[in-house]
Amino acid sequence: MNQPNSRPTSELMLRETASQTAGPYVHIGLALAAAGNPTRDEEIWNEMARPEVEGEHIEVVGTVIDGNGDLVRDAFIEAWQADSNGEYQPEFDLEKPFNSFGRTATTFDHGSEWSLTTVKPGPVAHASGQSQAPHINLAIFARGINIQLQTRLYFDDEAEANAACPVLSRIESPARRQTLIAKREEVDGKVRYRLDIRLQGEGETVFFDF
Amino acid sequence: MQYDSKRFVERDRNWHPPAYAPGYKTSVARSPQQALVSMQRPTVSELSGPDFRQLRMGPHDNDLLLNFRQDQNQGLPQGERIIMFGRVVDQFGKPVPHTLVEMWQANAGGRYRHRNDSYLAPLDPSFGGVGRTLTDEQGWYRFRTIKPGPYPWPNDPNSWRPSHIHVSVMGPSISTRLITQMYFEGDPLIPLCPIVHTLKDPEAVETMIGRLDMARSKPMDCLAYRFDLVVRGELQTYFENQ
Repeated sequence: MNQPNSRPTSELMLRETASQTAGPYVHIGLALAAAGNPTRDEEIWNEMARPEVEGEHIEVVGTVIDGNGDLVRDAFIEAWQADSNGEYQPEFDLEKPFNSFGRTATTFDHGSEWSLTTVKPGPVAHASGQSQAPHINLAIFARGINIQLQTRLYFDDEAEANAACPVLSRIESPARRQTLIAKREEVDGKVRYRLDIRLQGEGETVFFDF
Repeated sequence: MQYDSKRFVERDRNWHPPAYAPGYKTSVARSPQQALVSMQRPTVSELSGPDFRQLRMGPHDNDLLLNFRQDQNQGLPQGERIIMFGRVVDQFGKPVPHTLVEMWQANAGGRYRHRNDSYLAPLDPSFGGVGRTLTDEQGWYRFRTIKPGPYPWPNDPNSWRPSHIHVSVMGPSISTRLITQMYFEGDPLIPLCPIVHTLKDPEAVETMIGRLDMARSKPMDCLAYRFDLVVRGELQTYFENQ
């Protein structure tokens, strides 16, 4: 097969295309409204669950903070989560009331917070037979981030499930596990979980390789 | 789908750019200091991912020559008309069909249609700079666009990005998710760029260069650049838990 810009690592395997930062203008490509640009008929955005879907309706919000403690105002984030029954729904379709995939971003507006409207995911099966505590996988892209940072968001009102989660338990330092736990708050009768992502330094968020 | 029997080839993080690459200044405060926590056994959460076949796209979503024009009477964008095309395969050379490929770019003068871009080169009223498409059954994708111009950025006192198109590909899972940049063959700014230099291996830089393809260009109309994307290879695990 002719692969003009790919490189073999052995006779059997090609090298993965190298990653590059998403840069400062990622929003024009992947988050059109956040860039202040006209949108297309269908966009992949941050409403993952519509009101009619079953499950506990929640908002998930946070900021992204750099190693100097300053807000990152140009991050782009992708979320991947199970539905309220702990099942992933891979078929992305805006006509469905729930999608497992969503996108959000921080900008110079809205206090530079990202947000997702979703339902709380159910516990997800694990090959070990144990179940994983409810969680949302997040990938963070931005200017200055050369390859996306992969993390997970857990919920602080799931302490028992969190303590038993085989993935959370892989993090050697118990203090560092706390960086993945979103805090529940109630605002105007609505449930909201907050997780600030710290890219570097004190309270640095755990990032995964998988 | 049985995710527990699935596995992707490990990402070679010496091939990809490191998080901390001080020549690219913004990476200094945006790179973790702690080691990544490796999942020796990724779960369904990492091995699955979205399928976008039901995303309803517009007729010109992959045609940047037409997709920002408000009406038929408006002119075409200024600049070098090009086709950008290629194939998405995995590391075993297997085509990745029906996967979402997205791209965004500056206009011919190096100006982005983004409120934070204050470069003095003007916007093009007929050019938006965003495209998306799905690969076909054999993993092929194509866009029609304008070759973007280089632009200056505040890194070193006189840093210029080479002409580039940002490219985003999903692949079969969130494990294969990749964002990269396509550069243009022969551009003398490539070896000068601090973002390109985040890669240590010159062979890795080669994977990001789109090649002029005269055979696929359209006489008296537009040139063509080929850019193949390779995502992590998918393996089956046969003896898990034995």
